[in-house]
Amino acid sequence: MKNESNIVVRLLKGFAMFWWDFLVGDTPELFVATLVTIGVVFAISNGGHHRIAAVITLPVLAILSLTVSVRRAVRNARKK
Amino acid sequence: MIISTTVASGDIVLVGAVFLACAVEMVEALTIVFAVGHTRGWRSAFEGIVAALAVLSALVAAFGPALVHVPLTWLRLIVGGVLLIFGMQWLRKAVLRSTGLKAKHDEDEIYLETVAELRAAGQPVGRDRVAFVMAFKGVFLEGLEVVVTVLTLGTSAHRLGLAATTAAVALVLVAIVGALVAKQLSSVPENAMKMSVGVMLVSYGTFWVGEGLKVKWPGGDTMLLGLVGLYLLATWALVAIIKVENASLAKGVSA
Repeated sequence: MKNESNIVVRLLKGFAMFWWDFLVGDTPELFVATLVTIGVVFAISNGGHHRIAAVITLPVLAILSLTVSVRRAVRNARKK
Repeated sequence: MIISTTVASGDIVLVGAVFLACAVEMVEALTIVFAVGHTRGWRSAFEGIVAALAVLSALVAAFGPALVHVPLTWLRLIVGGVLLIFGMQWLRKAVLRSTGLKAKHDEDEIYLETVAELRAAGQPVGRDRVAFVMAFKGVFLEGLEVVVTVLTLGTSAHRLGLAATTAAVALVLVAIVGALVAKQLSSVPENAMKMSVGVMLVSYGTFWVGEGLKVKWPGGDTMLLGLVGLYLLATWALVAIIKVENASLAKGVSA
């Protein structure tokens, strides 16, 4: 019985670890940036603004997030 | 006419993303399997592959039908967010590799490292557990990314059949090529493929986050192609800027 619950805990832990590595890993800034992007676009699209604002904001924020993350990695790589 | 054009736009990006992602993961898995097979014998390698495929199939059987029951708006928002993060991670690595700031994924080197690790483990007594575990891990971990890609892209686009068929074709094609040349596929342009996959995943991610948030895309599904073009341009600009910076830094050091 104890062995069975140990296996379940290990499986759940492994599953959680997989998603943590998959989504956060060594780029937590991309995870946070995506949540912020979703929040901003949600606010824009529900705030009575023109739909075009959300259409433009979404890809612009994604490009900005990627640029910030790449710049951070470049800075770290050049320090080494 | 308009309907057939828009459907084709979504399908083209879906097939391209799934095919390239699966081909890249298959190349990586194949490298480990070849290292195991050539060093410790093919029996344990095949047992590892079969066990990994069985576990992956069980995961698909468990999560595939469950995903279909999630409301489409929520599914697209969650999957869009996951694809945005996943795609940006791929793009980030590809940009760093293109600009020489990160070592390229070298299948020859990985093959040699795996062989050295397997040889260091000594000769097996009875069943070769080391070889089995190595083959299992290689296929399972790379396969898990294939499963996530196919399930998320396929269910959100309501084209799970097309995504699964594309993945199967990619896996079989790479396996056949690998078996024919009987070695790891080191000459595959992995970084270019990863950059393309990254662009397509970010495009799909953006599109579905928008759909999940009730954003009305101009042109409907055709907008996906516009997003692919936009992200390609942004990636190209990032690579070009960093290369120029690298060149001026190198000049500064040599002067």
